[in-house]
Amino acid sequence: MIKLITRRLLFLVMVIWAASTIVFFIPRISTKNPVRERFAELARAGGFAPADMEKIIASYSTKFGLDKPLWQQYTDYMASIARFDLGVSYNKYPKTVIGLIMDSLPWTIVLLLVTTVLSFVIGNLLGAVAAWPRAPQWVRTIATPFILLQGVPPVLMGVLLLFFIAFKLKMAPLGGAYSTGVIPNWSSPAFVWDVVWHQILPGLALLLGTVGGWTLSMRGMGITIQGEDYVNFAEHKGLGPYTIFRDYYLRNALLPQATGLALALGSVVSSAIVIESQFGLPGLGRVLDAAIRSNDFMVIYGVVLFVTIAVATLMVVMEFVYPLLDPRIRNE
Amino acid sequence: MTSVSLAQPEIIQPSRITLFLRYLRRNKGLTIGLFILLLLVVFTVYGLATADLKHAYPISVKSKQPPSWEFPLGTDFFGRDLYVAMVVGLKETAIIGLLAGALGTLIGVVLGFISAYFGGFLDTAIKGICQILTPIPALLMQVIIAGSLDKRDVTIYTMAFVVVLLAWMGPTLVIRAQVLTMKERQFVSVAKLSGMGDLGIIFSEILPNLLPFIAAAFVNQVFYSVFASFYLAVLGLGPLREPLLGNTIWAAQGQSAFFNNWWWWPLAPAVALVLILGSLALINMGMDELANPRVRKTE
Repeated sequence: MIKLITRRLLFLVMVIWAASTIVFFIPRISTKNPVRERFAELARAGGFAPADMEKIIASYSTKFGLDKPLWQQYTDYMASIARFDLGVSYNKYPKTVIGLIMDSLPWTIVLLLVTTVLSFVIGNLLGAVAAWPRAPQWVRTIATPFILLQGVPPVLMGVLLLFFIAFKLKMAPLGGAYSTGVIPNWSSPAFVWDVVWHQILPGLALLLGTVGGWTLSMRGMGITIQGEDYVNFAEHKGLGPYTIFRDYYLRNALLPQATGLALALGSVVSSAIVIESQFGLPGLGRVLDAAIRSNDFMVIYGVVLFVTIAVATLMVVMEFVYPLLDPRIRNE
Repeated sequence: MTSVSLAQPEIIQPSRITLFLRYLRRNKGLTIGLFILLLLVVFTVYGLATADLKHAYPISVKSKQPPSWEFPLGTDFFGRDLYVAMVVGLKETAIIGLLAGALGTLIGVVLGFISAYFGGFLDTAIKGICQILTPIPALLMQVIIAGSLDKRDVTIYTMAFVVVLLAWMGPTLVIRAQVLTMKERQFVSVAKLSGMGDLGIIFSEILPNLLPFIAAAFVNQVFYSVFASFYLAVLGLGPLREPLLGNTIWAAQGQSAFFNNWWWWPLAPAVALVLILGSLALINMGMDELANPRVRKTE
């Protein structure tokens, strides 16, 4: 067990190291200097004289250590990551990147947690039932359209829901975290309800966009498992269909799906980020969107690196949960 | 004794096309997927042949027009005819998807073969790199790559390249696993014993048997590439001048299209993408069924 844990932790360190190295080197391969780019933008808007600009850029380069040799920049950078220091935003200067992330993180976590859990449960149940030959026909009919949904990524689902539900039927708000003109006050139930109300459509977009994938893969698993001998044996023992479904069929089919959950995290988080910017929610997505629109490089790199590290860590943590689900691994 | 000549029943071997059509009738997913894809191709080719392609770019037609006989899909805030923009956007999406899909699959096949067939240190290295890169969310990583490029340099070809950079691990691992099982089969041993060289075995024994898996990996890869390039474009990291489907949605979002009642603007590219990705997903499922008889059982 100790050996397994050390191996997984070592793997985690390797993943984080690889991700930070990519994030460090790619901007340096490109010819863009983030500081220069920022000032070029200001200069285009009118204000700075070119001579001053060069001086300021030089002083900024010293400040951010851009004049040091590459290897030293690299070690400094890695050390700062180990301290969770992701730099400062050029656009909202005194604010640090990690501060911006922490301000917006709760929104993203709540949205992700609720939709991922719901999507995993609904998708797997539907998939299991769709592949179960003794399930009532109407349940199997319901499952089919969900399988087709997997061709519609959450981001597009967002556009479609905005059009049909918010725009045409006016059944939900068109975006924003709460109604315009409302003063945030977390102790008033009306405000909390307003926030929840604004989260429903983006949540639904994420849910409908991911549930099809679970349905499809669970259906595949289910079909493989019902041919297994132990399922036949349970049937011949005379066990009831519900017991077989729950203990013999679902339990075994769920194991690979739990691994799938870890693997899917990256794409779910990536989708959530675009959905947040689409619906104007104050999560990580809006921070990234604003940073891309204003060339705020430190924030772009910081957000991506933060999410990468978070996803990789979660994946490794979930591998430790896996033995709890599978007694065969636990007993080894 | 008179010999009785039995009338030999004539066996009509249906042509390959009839057999293929008959199979399509059974495999509904594959049929519908191919049909939608065909419709999209016809739409694009017809549009490219008849429409004035300049209208896909800003200030070419009257702006903010709802769908009408003159502009079947309406026009946007910047004065683009959205019908022509869809035609050009679909063409460019197809170029990115096919190019990135083909490149990713090619890298996967080459690395997968090297890794599985020769084994040893190379195998450990390739497999290790793939495993370390897999947990990194590729969609977000490519945001950094595309974001570091000069916006003026971004073309649909650089987009395809950016997408491939972090999308070759999947096919590599799939092909590697298949070659590993194939390598132990008897026909490979027979070929080896009869003195065939490594390249001969790879190209004339293993590769032909792998074709279904390579085809499936390719469809998968095209699906991913279309989606990944859309992801970049919808965040505003695509070639901003081009009417790529994701760019159109990004532009509509930037002008708050729904708040301003220009509902047709983001809707057209969204529906087009749903059709592309949906048809690719259906083809993918249909091919699964073709290759994996166990899935076929329930139909």
